Amino acid sequence: MTPTLQLFLIASAALFCIGLLAALSRRHAIFILIGIEIMLTAANLNFVAFWRFGPPTQQPTGVMVAIFAIAIAAAEAAVGLSLIIAVYRHYRTTNVDELDQLKG
Amino acid sequence: MNPWIVTNLWLIPAIPLAASLSILSFNNARRKTAAAIAIVGQIVALTMSILAFLPTLSAPGFRAGHNFIWFTFGEQALRLGWVLDPLTAAMLLMITFVSLCIFVFSIGYMAADKNFTRFFAYLSFFSAAMLGVVIANSLLLLFVCWELVGLASYLLIGFWIHKPSAAAAAKKAFITTRIGDLGFFLGLVWLYHGSGTLLFYDGGRGCLENAALLALGGSATSIALLIFCGAVGKSGQFPLHVWLPDAMEGPTPVSALIHAATMVAAGVFLVARVYPIFSLGAINDVTPSLTVVVWIGVVTGLMAALIAATQSDIKRILAYSTVSQLGLMMVSLGVGGVAAGIMHLLAHGFFKALLFLGSGSVIHGCHDEQDIRKMGGLRRLMPVTFITYAIGMMALSGVPLFFCGAWTKEEILHATSHWPKSQAPHYLIMLGVVLTAAYMTRQMIYVFFGNPRAASEHAHESPPVMTRPLVALGFCTIFLGVVLTPAWPWLHDYLNGETARFDLTRLIQPMLFVSLALVIAGIGLGVLMYRRVALQDRHRNVELDPLESAQPFLFRFLENKMWLDELYEESFILWSRTAARLSDWMDHYVWDGLVRGFGSLGQLFGIFTKGVDERAINAGVDESVGGARGLGRLMSAAHSGQIQTYLGAVAIGMVALLILYAWLA
Amino acid sequence: MITVLILIPLIGAIALFVGRPANARTIALTFNALAAFYALMLWQKFDVDLAALQLVERHVWIPSIGAEYLVGIDGLSLLLVLLTSLIFPFAFLAQKMDRGFSALMLVMQSALYGTFTAQNFILWFLFYEMSLVPAFLLIKIWGGENRDRAATKFFLYTFLGSVAMLLGFLGIYFARGTFDFAQLVDLAKSGNGLLSGKIAWFAFAGIFLGLAVKVPLFPFHTWLPDAYEAAPIGVSMVLTGVLSKMGVYGFIRLLLPLFPNEIKIVGPWLLGLAVCSIVFASLAAWAQTDLKRMVAYLSINHLGYCMLGLFAISARAASGATAPESTSSLIDMHAALSGVFMQIFNHGITAAALFYYVGLLEQRRGLRGIDDFGGLMQRTPLLCGWMSVAMFSSLGLPGLNGFIGEFLIFKSSFAVAASFTAVAVLGLLFTAIVFLRAMQSLFSGPLAQSCNALVDLTRSEKFVVVPVTLLMFAIGLAPQFLFHIFNTTVITMAGLFS
Repeated sequence: MTPTLQLFLIASAALFCIGLLAALSRRHAIFILIGIEIMLTAANLNFVAFWRFGPPTQQPTGVMVAIFAIAIAAAEAAVGLSLIIAVYRHYRTTNVDELDQLKG
Repeated sequence: MNPWIVTNLWLIPAIPLAASLSILSFNNARRKTAAAIAIVGQIVALTMSILAFLPTLSAPGFRAGHNFIWFTFGEQALRLGWVLDPLTAAMLLMITFVSLCIFVFSIGYMAADKNFTRFFAYLSFFSAAMLGVVIANSLLLLFVCWELVGLASYLLIGFWIHKPSAAAAAKKAFITTRIGDLGFFLGLVWLYHGSGTLLFYDGGRGCLENAALLALGGSATSIALLIFCGAVGKSGQFPLHVWLPDAMEGPTPVSALIHAATMVAAGVFLVARVYPIFSLGAINDVTPSLTVVVWIGVVTGLMAALIAATQSDIKRILAYSTVSQLGLMMVSLGVGGVAAGIMHLLAHGFFKALLFLGSGSVIHGCHDEQDIRKMGGLRRLMPVTFITYAIGMMALSGVPLFFCGAWTKEEILHATSHWPKSQAPHYLIMLGVVLTAAYMTRQMIYVFFGNPRAASEHAHESPPVMTRPLVALGFCTIFLGVVLTPAWPWLHDYLNGETARFDLTRLIQPMLFVSLALVIAGIGLGVLMYRRVALQDRHRNVELDPLESAQPFLFRFLENKMWLDELYEESFILWSRTAARLSDWMDHYVWDGLVRGFGSLGQLFGIFTKGVDERAINAGVDESVGGARGLGRLMSAAHSGQIQTYLGAVAIGMVALLILYAWLA
Repeated sequence: MITVLILIPLIGAIALFVGRPANARTIALTFNALAAFYALMLWQKFDVDLAALQLVERHVWIPSIGAEYLVGIDGLSLLLVLLTSLIFPFAFLAQKMDRGFSALMLVMQSALYGTFTAQNFILWFLFYEMSLVPAFLLIKIWGGENRDRAATKFFLYTFLGSVAMLLGFLGIYFARGTFDFAQLVDLAKSGNGLLSGKIAWFAFAGIFLGLAVKVPLFPFHTWLPDAYEAAPIGVSMVLTGVLSKMGVYGFIRLLLPLFPNEIKIVGPWLLGLAVCSIVFASLAAWAQTDLKRMVAYLSINHLGYCMLGLFAISARAASGATAPESTSSLIDMHAALSGVFMQIFNHGITAAALFYYVGLLEQRRGLRGIDDFGGLMQRTPLLCGWMSVAMFSSLGLPGLNGFIGEFLIFKSSFAVAASFTAVAVLGLLFTAIVFLRAMQSLFSGPLAQSCNALVDLTRSEKFVVVPVTLLMFAIGLAPQFLFHIFNTTVITMAGLFS
């Protein structure tokens, strides 16, 4: 089975759906964060796949975007985790159902 | 070279005017000074009038004048001036002399009045204004003085201003004469427009001289008639005569002045002065304007004589007799007898002043009673007054040979008999002469004959200061009678600018006998009708006038002055009053209403825009604010704060986008 | 020179607020005396034989819209400046007034000097409106009964007229690009007129409306009786004595020279309006019972004579060009202009004097109805005597000032429109009736109870009355000194119109 773009895209879509499902259905903030990270991974996978199967170029553009995204995702995860810790310290919970202070 | 008097003729009116002004500045306490100044002023004016009279005798048709520039407008100079000719000179003499007598008389008559000084100031002013009319060599100057005469008469008729009737009479006099003056003013303006000058005589360029008259052409008739309107007003001709009898509300010397020397004479004088305009284009001495003058004169003369025959106020009888005599003069002027008319005017000035002063003396003697039916028997109580009054009465009636009125009347009759247009005026005037004699006889009988009645029982002769002017005037009346004999018609020819010749035969002519017969008929008629009044008992007032018992309706008709006053009151006065009220109403409701209407339109627009503002714009904004708030509430409900809801929404949105994309592709 | 004259009252108005309030009237009178003195100096410097504008001051002001500061005088302007200088002190002496009142009066005086000397439309209009505001305030604050209504009516009506006039002038400006009176007149004289077609009629109508309201000409007169009645007496004197002359001045200076063709066409209608002014106003005066209202209506009547003369000129100018009797038509035109100028001046004096006397009566009695008095002659003979002089002057008695102007106006208008003149003469009759009726009910008859305590003229009142009356006599008897002022101007203007 040769690796084709389609295969990558299907894998990426599946990964995204898993991430989305996690982000939407889990109640724990950290799991939501993990879900988001999974979705990001799906996106990165897409970038690399499109770079690999797109028109041949010498520049590693897709890979560079993916590496940036991973770096940003790391930073984001750090910020998100610290926010969750702060929220936990304040409300003594990480259940997002109870965190509705932003309600309009 | 003009004599000194010609260049200084203006002094004649100026001196009484100065006297008047200086008297006005006095207070009432300085009576003697006031009277003295007025009389001295009049004496000076009289002396100067005599001086002015002398050069006019030097040559027939003497005429000299002096013109000066009053003001210049644009490039045109408006000139005024004065003129000395026989007409002026004769009028000057008459006016100054008669006024002097009246002034002296007033000292006695007004002795008890508290506004004595003011009275003399007004008298002087009156005489000054009239002298101004006479010397004027410009229709404008004449008009100016003419109006001042009107002002003076207003002041004097209303002299007893606390009496409402006097104030009303003064107002009536001023307004009635002003109606005539409007015509005069238009005529003046027209004449100025037509001839380019208002000077009468200006070395061939004046408006009464040939060149200018020719330029007038066809408009002369209208101009003459308009000017005549002024004369009708001032001289009390029909239909503007109504003010004259009411003018009796003034003190008697004023009546004398108005009726003899000044005011009413002005109208006749005016017609005589501008006679060339009237007679322009005459065929046989007849022009349309002169014909109007004749008929107005005839109507006035007869109507006034009839009314005079029924009045019971001693002064009113004289007033109507004046109106009637003025009508006579107008007729004379109209038929071409200018000299005859002016002669009658002069003679009338003397004897009418005499009669009025005599009546003043009677009123004074009878303690301010004016009703002749309450007098009687004054012949013995007031002998001087009686004799002088009788002289005046005979002159007015026209008793021939010794009294001046006779000659002049005869002249007038003579003139009318030659009028080519119609003989009717001639006979109607004869009727007037008979009536005059009759009503004067009636008056004499009531006042002086028979036994004293209520008012005359305690009558007394007036003081010398009042009787002496009477004597002087009486003397003049007789003297003029001698001077004016037709045997030596110098005054007639003097006025006409001819040289007189002595001719005794002219004394005996048919007209003399006609007029003698007329006078005898008149006096006889009067004696016949009123004989019984003289024979009545003491203490009985006359209940019924003989004429009244004979013809009650006619008598009442005439006694009420033919109800002309009432007629005017109900017509012209009412109409103009209504017009006044109407224009006030129009102002309030129509013109102002229009303005208010426009204002209301603006207001309506305001209300409309206010409505639009409140209902549409304001409400719209309010509504949209409400809508926005509702939307906000709706939206905020979606903001549950549940992060997963948000995410879900994002996901749904993304799916929707994907589907949209797929569908579009 | 002229600028100083305009500034003097303004400085006075400021000075009032420096001095003590109790001295307000004294200060105002001092500045009035100064202005009068200055006006006399102008007269002395003025060369009556020169036709051109004199003592001209020209400065750049707002070049972008053609507005210049341009003042200068000719005979007409000088006459009106003198009249203003005469009436204002007279008005100040007529009643007590506090500081604000005096200040507003002075501002108005300054505006009037400006109006009569400005030779550029923008400047002129500025002064013209500047006089309106103090008048409005004076009526509104110090007026009598109904003052609010009257003041508002006065302001709105005249202001509306002014707006119409401004629009008219803007039309002219956009067409010809100048606001300078002299240039406009030259343009109007040259070739095919100032404007043509519809725009000319709109401009004419606008300017006519503005001026007709100001004069006022029948039927635009209804603000006048209310305003004059409600205004305090000093203001009434100024309104009738000077302010009403602004309209007539505008007619002479602007409308007649700028729109000869339009006036030619509507001439008969305008004459008709003037005659209506004369006749209806005098009739309405007859129906009044309030003395002030009566005098106000007679004011309309007298200004009607001015209008009659002016419209007669234009009608004459219309027909005179081809008429063979052109010298006589020139004389008529001179007569009309001279008559109108005389009438302007004389009406100013006489009407102000009449208001002054009405004010004296009102001060004494507290009322001013014609029936509130009676038999005054017995109680206050001097007041009655002097007042009668003013009344006779107003009804046009020869020998007093009113007659000369009327005579000349009638002379000229008769030549053009005899029938109109014949009707207008009725105005003379009704005026006489009005005054005689007033005299009868005020002066004569038995002394009314209510008038028992009235005092005669005081010394200070005599001090006011005597010079004014003497002036009336002087003009009536020897008017040459006035004719002298404007004769050259009359000739120049007549040349302009024919």
